[in-house]
Amino acid sequence: MSWYKTLATARRVLTQLSHDRRTLALVLLVPCLLLVLLKYVFQGEPRLFNNLAPMMLGIFPLFMMFLVTSIATLRERTTGTLDRLMTQPMSKFDLIFGYALAFSLLGLLQASIASLVTLGLLGVTVMGGTLPVLVVAVAAAFLGTALGLLVSAFATSEFQAVQLVMPILMPQVLLCGLFVARDHMARPLQWLADFLPLTYSVDAMKQVTLNASVTTVLQRDLVVVLGCGILALILGSITIRRQE
Amino acid sequence: MTTSAVKIQNLSVVLSGKFKALKAIDVLLAEGRITGFIGPSGAGKTTLIRSIVGRQKLTSGSITVFGLPAGSPQLREQLSYMTQESSVYTDLSARENLSYFATMFGIKRAALKPLVADILKTVDMTKQADQLASQLSSGQKQRLSLAAALIGFPKLMVLDEPTVGLDPVLRERLWKLFRQLTDGGTTLLISSHVMEEAERCDDLLLLRDGRVLAQGSPQALCDQTGTKSVEQSFLKLVGDKI
Repeated sequence: MSWYKTLATARRVLTQLSHDRRTLALVLLVPCLLLVLLKYVFQGEPRLFNNLAPMMLGIFPLFMMFLVTSIATLRERTTGTLDRLMTQPMSKFDLIFGYALAFSLLGLLQASIASLVTLGLLGVTVMGGTLPVLVVAVAAAFLGTALGLLVSAFATSEFQAVQLVMPILMPQVLLCGLFVARDHMARPLQWLADFLPLTYSVDAMKQVTLNASVTTVLQRDLVVVLGCGILALILGSITIRRQE
Repeated sequence: MTTSAVKIQNLSVVLSGKFKALKAIDVLLAEGRITGFIGPSGAGKTTLIRSIVGRQKLTSGSITVFGLPAGSPQLREQLSYMTQESSVYTDLSARENLSYFATMFGIKRAALKPLVADILKTVDMTKQADQLASQLSSGQKQRLSLAAALIGFPKLMVLDEPTVGLDPVLRERLWKLFRQLTDGGTTLLISSHVMEEAERCDDLLLLRDGRVLAQGSPQALCDQTGTKSVEQSFLKLVGDKI
């Protein structure tokens, strides 16, 4: 693996995005608009909105990066560029970590703008402050990127890649504690939720919202989210084969 | 006497567990020459090419390239592969595409600019350097893809249908470039289903249904079959096998 090639790959992915201004605008602005919408949905319940909005900051980057990465890497497979790269002197990890780096940076930018809107414009208060919010959001973006890389191997078209959101991400959203506290769910669902990484991403945001200091639970949550991301990246690298 | 760049022994490839794309192929491909893989669609040209560049899992048999098993890490510096699709990033400019592929060969930033400018000039695309690949015509995309294959000064260039869809003037220009490359010692393997392109190659491998029908220079094939063109040779050989 070469850092020069990894950074070149990250730069290339970001340059591609910079040429696609519509996608860039959708990635960066849609979360903000949805948060504003949420604010007015919960107009009569400001405390509920205050609890929900930070959790959304842990979900949006994961969702967006999952979609963008799975489609981008699927394109590598279907347009022949992966064929070219795999016959060149580059490691699979240069490609995978290049993608992870590029989309984590994009996640940081997205989370920064969304946090600015949420904590500034919409008046949401979090005990832990802005920096931990950004750290958790970037970890969620990294996890979304890694999962997107992994699942792109199981899709043969962009249509399928988008459909994979339903079985991979939607159950995690339903079980992560966003709608109902996890200890109010049926016991088997609580167990299942314990195995899903989005649960820990959302839980980390809850910790940041409620605690001024970095709690051990927050540390555990971050380790789980990052660990799952690294595991998904390793599994994703296995799905990219030099010989097919 | 020429040495062989590629040695293929008893090669068979079965795709998706059932379709026999290549059947017991035994050939030697000469170094420093243009060898054409000629045959109709579905003959096995692309599978053979993917096997040589190391992208295709072999069912049986072996391939060595410059004495090393196909797909060896040491070969990645010496080989380039142009796929049938243009295989460039359509949301990058021509220059950005080439710069990225060049970094994969470890070419440092300071050397990138002159190298990319030089390659763009070689394929006559200096004017389109900053145009997004998505805005290029299909012929220009093909040339950009070829330009990417020229990076790293490979000893072996494997080009899958490089001139398909190009106008005659451009095709002529590319064949001149191919000849210059072999004059410099590069080995070229070029697939085509256009018989008139076969006449331009030094050696030919006529393929049909995953088998080698014949191998030799265009003249040798015509002499062998008593015909006046490669197309007639191919038809005669197919007729003999039916």
